Amino acid sequence: MTSTPGRPSAPPSTTALAIIPAAPGRGATLRRYLTSRRLVVGLTLTALITLLAIVGPWLAPHGENDIVGKPFSAYGMFGTDYLGQDVFSRVLAGGRSILVTSLVATIIGMVVGILIGVVAAYAGGWFDEALMRLNDIALAFPQILLALLVLAAITEPTWWIIALLVGFSHAPRVARVARGVALGIVPRDFVTAAEALGESRLRVILAEVLPNMNAPLLAEAGLRLTYSIGMVAGIGFLGFSTNPGAADWGQMINENRLALLVQPWAVLLPVIIIGIFTIGTNLLADGVTQVAGNGGE
Amino acid sequence: MTATATPGPDSPQSPEVVDSVEVGPTPPPTQVAPPKRSGALAWARWIGRRLVLAVLTLWACSVIVFLATAALGDPVRAILGKDYGTSPERVAALREQLQLDEPIVSRYFSWLGNLVTGNPGTSIANQQPVWDLIGPRIANSAVLVLISAAVMIPVAIGIAMLSAHYRGRRADGAIQVVLLTLAGLPEFVIGILLVAFFSTTVMHVLPAVTIAGGGRPPWANPASMILPVLTLVLAVAPYVSRIVRSSLLEVLDSDYVELARLKGVPEGVVMRKHALLNAIVPGIQVIALQFAWLAGGIVIVEYLFSYPGVGASLVDSVRNSDFPMVQALAMTLAAVYVGVNLIADILSILFTPRARTAISS
Repeated sequence: MTSTPGRPSAPPSTTALAIIPAAPGRGATLRRYLTSRRLVVGLTLTALITLLAIVGPWLAPHGENDIVGKPFSAYGMFGTDYLGQDVFSRVLAGGRSILVTSLVATIIGMVVGILIGVVAAYAGGWFDEALMRLNDIALAFPQILLALLVLAAITEPTWWIIALLVGFSHAPRVARVARGVALGIVPRDFVTAAEALGESRLRVILAEVLPNMNAPLLAEAGLRLTYSIGMVAGIGFLGFSTNPGAADWGQMINENRLALLVQPWAVLLPVIIIGIFTIGTNLLADGVTQVAGNGGE
Repeated sequence: MTATATPGPDSPQSPEVVDSVEVGPTPPPTQVAPPKRSGALAWARWIGRRLVLAVLTLWACSVIVFLATAALGDPVRAILGKDYGTSPERVAALREQLQLDEPIVSRYFSWLGNLVTGNPGTSIANQQPVWDLIGPRIANSAVLVLISAAVMIPVAIGIAMLSAHYRGRRADGAIQVVLLTLAGLPEFVIGILLVAFFSTTVMHVLPAVTIAGGGRPPWANPASMILPVLTLVLAVAPYVSRIVRSSLLEVLDSDYVELARLKGVPEGVVMRKHALLNAIVPGIQVIALQFAWLAGGIVIVEYLFSYPGVGASLVDSVRNSDFPMVQALAMTLAAVYVGVNLIADILSILFTPRARTAISS
């Protein structure tokens, strides 16, 4: 067995490990990822909705708070909402908040979770045990519950409070996965070699352990993004608004829900868009798992 | 169950399932088999340890619940909102009711003491005992979750068996795509699409909200239960199905299934008796996880259908900053989660012969 340094840019490795796709250069890796139909479809859907959320506000024919007609009446393509605002314009304008909040939440959840998981796996022993027991306690809360608990105490939540809450509710779940992956890497030769060379613990974790966790963590991030979108939109759907009056897909559903019979588009349009978004991110996560799984064989 | 009792390579004293049942890929290598004792005593000890752990977890939950609700911001300000500045006498009355003048530690312990003795306080929103408000709602939610689980488990396992039977063929592929799509959808998206389809825009066959007026329970009108149950089933079944399918496939590839086939056992019997029973343990774990997820999922689904359960009540209480209610409801949901996990751990041990022997021999 040739000992391989664990950098992604390293020459092709001969150690076959299911979770680590051999790294034959970026071009080949990319091509392999593109062979997964799930991944391509997921990526396309995600990119479409992300694009819609980013450029939508500039394309909207009306301002998000312009009154264009009577409430729940016919107007343009998709009619008006509960205040008589243009549904189409509000859908175009209402994606950015969810996109940004769920992205930030996912990043927070991943960073905190990976940190806990990798440190636990690397440290081992009683520290690992204690950290994982604490982790189990955090897992005893359904994710949405944690957010709601804090929303009871905070009267005017801002988007970054929601992002923090959703992110922290992901962290123990990510930590579990990250620890599992890291446990398979810590005992390997190149980690031991780095330790023998006298590199600091931090450097070993950052330069040796983390880069080898790529594929499973990428899949986990896709999954977390899916749940983040669902939770952030769900919190809006439950009526906890970070910015009352502003267009937001989750809040639109809540505002117009009672008129589903009269003016279905005001509810269905945001629902369908959120649905496409989460289907996309979920397919993306699954595609990554698929490709990474096949890559090791 | 003759040939099926020993799955996998038969290690002499498999040490991997002793304290916690990890289905994950990496069993802790350092754990040793438990000392040999008489069966009953070892069992009592093991279950006792799990119980203590569950109680400790719940206690830690109570700390988190109390801190999150009582220590972040000023409860009185949250409750009164705009009235905070204008009516000092109400502020004083609320501070009195919530005992805010006492230090937080003693408040916590008096709250915990009351909670343990079955007195979770008085609702701020309507000044009734919290327990009177929550009690019937726990029953309603329990009915909703149990019906959903009763529908979901056989459906999910059935789909998994079908999918595994057609593995790699078109039917399997189609099932996988549907499951993957459903698994990505948040529960409120599923619920609203169902409402749009079955009760408003497309058809008018099912009630869109739960009507439970006049003190009658929601299941007095079974038609109004259909959509909430269907939503929960569609939200949860894909996860269970996919896990059971992949563990079925693993078992179907094993030597003893091959042997059963070579003996001439019909494929249907192989699937039911040899494969399913061995694939059920990861199934139990994931069903437990999903049950626990249901404890959170009902929050959104109950709110969507105005179902008079714990979840809808939690949303209302959070909106009113009704702290005693929020605390009690949160503890209820956490207790469900901890309880379900405890039961799942015990069941998995009972269903895994290797683990059973590890404990009682």
